[in-house]
Amino acid sequence: MTRYQIKEHKATRLGFGEALVELGHENPNVVVLGGDVTGSVRTDLFMKEFPDRFFSVGIAEQDMMGTAAGLAVAGKIPFASAYGEFAAGRPFDQIRQSIAYSDLPVKICASHCGITVGPDGATHQSLEDIAIMRVLPHMIVASPCDYHQAKKMVKATIDLKHPIYIRFFRDNSPVYTDPSAEFQFGKADTLIDGKDVTIVACGLQVWEAILAEEILQTEGISVRVINMHTIKPLDADILIKAARETGAIVTAEDHQRHGGLGSAVAEFFAENLPTLQEFVAVNDTFGESGTGEELMKKYGIDKDAIVKAVHRVLLRKKNR
Amino acid sequence: MKSTPFDIIELKEMARQIRRDVIKMLMISKSGHSGGPLGLADVFTSLYFHLLKIDPQNPKWEGRDYFFLSAGHLCPAWYATLARSGYLPLSELTTLRKINGRLQGHPAPAHTHGVPGVEIASGALGQGLSTAVGCALGLRLDKKSNRVYVILGDGELDEGQNWEAMMTAGHHKVDNLIAIVDRNHCQIDGRTDNVMELEPLAEKWKAFNWHVLDCDGNDIEQFISTIKQAQSLKGKPIVLITHTFMGKGVSFMEDDYKWHGMPPNEEQGKRALRELTPTKYGDFIEFEWEK
Ligand SMILES: Cc1ncc(C[n+]2csc(CCOP(=O)(O)OP(=O)(O)O)c2C)c(N)n1
Repeated sequence: MTRYQIKEHKATRLGFGEALVELGHENPNVVVLGGDVTGSVRTDLFMKEFPDRFFSVGIAEQDMMGTAAGLAVAGKIPFASAYGEFAAGRPFDQIRQSIAYSDLPVKICASHCGITVGPDGATHQSLEDIAIMRVLPHMIVASPCDYHQAKKMVKATIDLKHPIYIRFFRDNSPVYTDPSAEFQFGKADTLIDGKDVTIVACGLQVWEAILAEEILQTEGISVRVINMHTIKPLDADILIKAARETGAIVTAEDHQRHGGLGSAVAEFFAENLPTLQEFVAVNDTFGESGTGEELMKKYGIDKDAIVKAVHRVLLRKKNR
Repeated sequence: MKSTPFDIIELKEMARQIRRDVIKMLMISKSGHSGGPLGLADVFTSLYFHLLKIDPQNPKWEGRDYFFLSAGHLCPAWYATLARSGYLPLSELTTLRKINGRLQGHPAPAHTHGVPGVEIASGALGQGLSTAVGCALGLRLDKKSNRVYVILGDGELDEGQNWEAMMTAGHHKVDNLIAIVDRNHCQIDGRTDNVMELEPLAEKWKAFNWHVLDCDGNDIEQFISTIKQAQSLKGKPIVLITHTFMGKGVSFMEDDYKWHGMPPNEEQGKRALRELTPTKYGDFIEFEWEK
């Protein structure tokens, strides 16, 4: 039995775009930068509503990050948005110096993240962005699991005093979280309780984890599913509790296995409570063209890969 | 500025004092850039003691003009200017590049671990023009009359981000922005003309929809009058191609790119200080050998 019902399919990037419009109405200081991918990243909604507060910088992500930083110096609340690789990889040094080191509350909103961007192929599949953003001091890193959470997350950025990087996805994906549920950065959600193993996932892999749980349930395995929407800072309490109560962890993400959510969780446990862990992530390789679904399967980040990882970690737990 | 602007005689004297400060700071730190900061002493003095609307006692004053130093390595002259205009205690100039100090090798804002008066970090070249454009757009949105000034190195213009930002500024017609290019023809590896040809530089900026002015950045009167002219221009961002000599004021450093990133040793420092005679403003430190 699935414990979550899909209400509809909608993209997380749409949640971002709609939240921006709401923020635009609520706060006159909200400004948005565009880099010729406005319709894709869904800042077109804001642009239409608030043309005076939308600044096109052309296809120039390095300039975009610097301009956003300058707007923040002038007291504005800037949202800079591009595809993941071009929001994090291309302007890394600009983000590092002008935003992170300078500790300015710029909101970097990356759309089209992960391998699931699909047909565009490896050049457009940002699988390294969590790693290179979470390594930056002052930077908060987050990834919503569905449309509703994306919306709530974007609205919650308004009060942040530090820079944040948020990761959205292109494809329509299941909408299953409660729109009225509370949201707080750094406070993860336990979506399903269980006692044998904990799956810690972010982004689209949270839904895959829910599907995996459905399969594992029939095998008599009791699975806890945690939506770690904030990758930095991690929710320490929920992780300690999960390790103590289940003793086995599987992390799942649409990102390279090195440096992403899995690494962050492993770093945390290595220091605080060494715990058995298996990683579901892209295994140190670039992607290729295909549909999101095909790629998730081929590159081992779908529900079946999670089920296998759970089996592996439980075997290790048994043989301990 | 909130206090009375300096007259030309005072400005010249202060510029020489800032040059003395730069030499002494670098003699103490034994690390840092000499040439560019000496070349820009007249520009910094003119800005902070005559042109900028600022309140050093209240660095975040809403009515301030915003100043950005994109070429962060030029900060010794900036720190000396900030200290001389009241943002920092003069005694702090002994702490350049020292552990637990605020005078970072390349500038950082006060809210990280840098100094008041610095709005944003710089040092990785090529980023400051974008920041200045963003700031100018933000101020314009609020219909504020504050201006934005940014200093760029000429070698720094090799960085592509500048050209992105030039396009953005031209596109958005940000006429509350004045960019100052330190045209000293020197960078690390040699003359800019050999490392990467920038000419025709004025035509390039013009082609990106900027007003272009030209001036001698080591002539305080001319620099001030050119900035005043820039302030009257409308409809496009304004750039001053500001001709300076690297190492200006110290005969054996002048116009020599080898002084880009080198501090003077004790002997060279003493010679430099003999050439830059003491001023009525007094040094921030007296060395043993001076007593
Ligand atoms: C992105 C980046 N690349 C390289 C450097 C190293 N660097 C520091 S200053 C400099 C030369 C800058 O030349 P210019 O802007 O003309 O300054 P000046 O020599 O006049 O001081 C270089 C290459 C740097 N700081 N940042």
